[in-house]
Amino acid sequence: MAYTKRPDGRKFDELREIKAKVGVIPRADGSAMFAFGDTIAIAAVYGPKPLHPQHLQNPEKGVLRVNYDMLSFSVNERKKPGPSRRSQEISKVTEWALAPALQINNFQNTVVDVHITILQANASTRCAGINAASLALAHAGIPMIDLVSAVSIGKIDDKIVTDLIKEEEDYEDGEGATDIPFAFLSKSGEITLMQLDGRTSTKKLKEAIEAGRKACKEIYDIQKKVLKEIQEK
Amino acid sequence: MEISNLTKKRIKDYLEAGKRFDGRGLLDHRKLTIETGISINAEGSARVRLGKTEVVAGVKMDVSEPYTDHEGEGTMITTLELLPLSSEEFDYGPPKIDAIEIARIVDRGIRESKMIDFEKLCIKEGEKVWTLFIDMYTMNDDGNLLDASALAAIAALMTARMPKYDEEKEKVSFGEFTKDPLPITKNIPLTFTFHKIGKSIILDPGREEEAASEARVSIAVSSDGKETRVNAMQKGNEAAIKPEEMFEIIDLAEKKYKESSKEIFEMIEKSLKTKK
Repeated sequence: MAYTKRPDGRKFDELREIKAKVGVIPRADGSAMFAFGDTIAIAAVYGPKPLHPQHLQNPEKGVLRVNYDMLSFSVNERKKPGPSRRSQEISKVTEWALAPALQINNFQNTVVDVHITILQANASTRCAGINAASLALAHAGIPMIDLVSAVSIGKIDDKIVTDLIKEEEDYEDGEGATDIPFAFLSKSGEITLMQLDGRTSTKKLKEAIEAGRKACKEIYDIQKKVLKEIQEK
Repeated sequence: MEISNLTKKRIKDYLEAGKRFDGRGLLDHRKLTIETGISINAEGSARVRLGKTEVVAGVKMDVSEPYTDHEGEGTMITTLELLPLSSEEFDYGPPKIDAIEIARIVDRGIRESKMIDFEKLCIKEGEKVWTLFIDMYTMNDDGNLLDASALAAIAALMTARMPKYDEEKEKVSFGEFTKDPLPITKNIPLTFTFHKIGKSIILDPGREEEAASEARVSIAVSSDGKETRVNAMQKGNEAAIKPEEMFEIIDLAEKKYKESSKEIFEMIEKSLKTKK
């Protein structure tokens, strides 16, 4: 059976409903919520602040440190609380996805901490996390040359599909599911995150990059909109 | 949090004059909001805000072996993480004593009140019972995480639904739910933490007040509709408390329970109805 219709009725290049809000954690220096449909990510930024332990300090530039994790009850089968190999890898690639947008070289010996928490999961959690983190960094007033926007593109059977849900990630018929999360510097369009899990031809892969770029432009517009709406009390 | 001696003294002086920095009375709570069903994959979930303090809690269930001394009863595990997201003072790593203490006080209140009928969580005596995981996470620390966590836990439990159990495969069908609520009794505990600062006793401290606290007493109170009972208590911090002060605190806890329980339980029940 060819993949002709998505389980939630969306068009192949259609994003889920996006919700975004800045300033959700009053105590943090910057914070944001970003949701793709049922996937909800919350990010908080603390810093720049002195980095401890001291041996981790970089006297030449500021350091970005990201931690991504899911709440135990955000998924169907309870996730054991605490870091996993998966969450550590996602934390690292998220760091690399965000770093090119930041200008923290002048904050020597300090750290900018980004904490990402997944409150509710239905696939694309790392992308929702990156979008929330990008908003939170801007909200914290960290110098940035650009925002970062992220989306998961999939190849389901032979179709290129935008913003996967869990049911699509688990698709097994035909060519199966290939999951390709992307992050782009929003204005320049440079790629800061790309991972792939599955199998695909080079031709389809290039199509996926184009689809990611297109979707991220839509996400960028929403990110800009919510940042403009900030009204500090 | 460290505060200066000057601030500490100012807080004490204010309290002695019956005043607080934010204008509340000594035993007034900040504005309380409770949302439930905040995370759809959880059997039950809730977000509680006390002023700017925010805690989320979720209930997940699985099937496991019972304890050998309670072969016909389900089990319960309560955890709390002080997420670094919620305060620059919290670090990653296994829960440390602050987090462990809150989780254990919440656990005792729920367990000892008999809010959950564990016998009804038995599937096959001696072999298979339901395990309840109550996981709490702090989202924003602005003081009194303990009372907010306890509220989030009972709100998540009160609004939880049982997951589907596949009798043939003898395991949980994750992601599928029944419409059945958990076996919850009337004895739902509310936890009140009192802080002693100087000669004053206050409830629901903000962050600065919490840092100025000399002693604290947490009390979980429940009622079967006829009489109220104390189910869990903990005295914390270094200063001692005189017996007469303790009597006063116990009476205050009972009074607070009687004043606020109806409103709080209604708030939780209403929050469920406004969800689809």
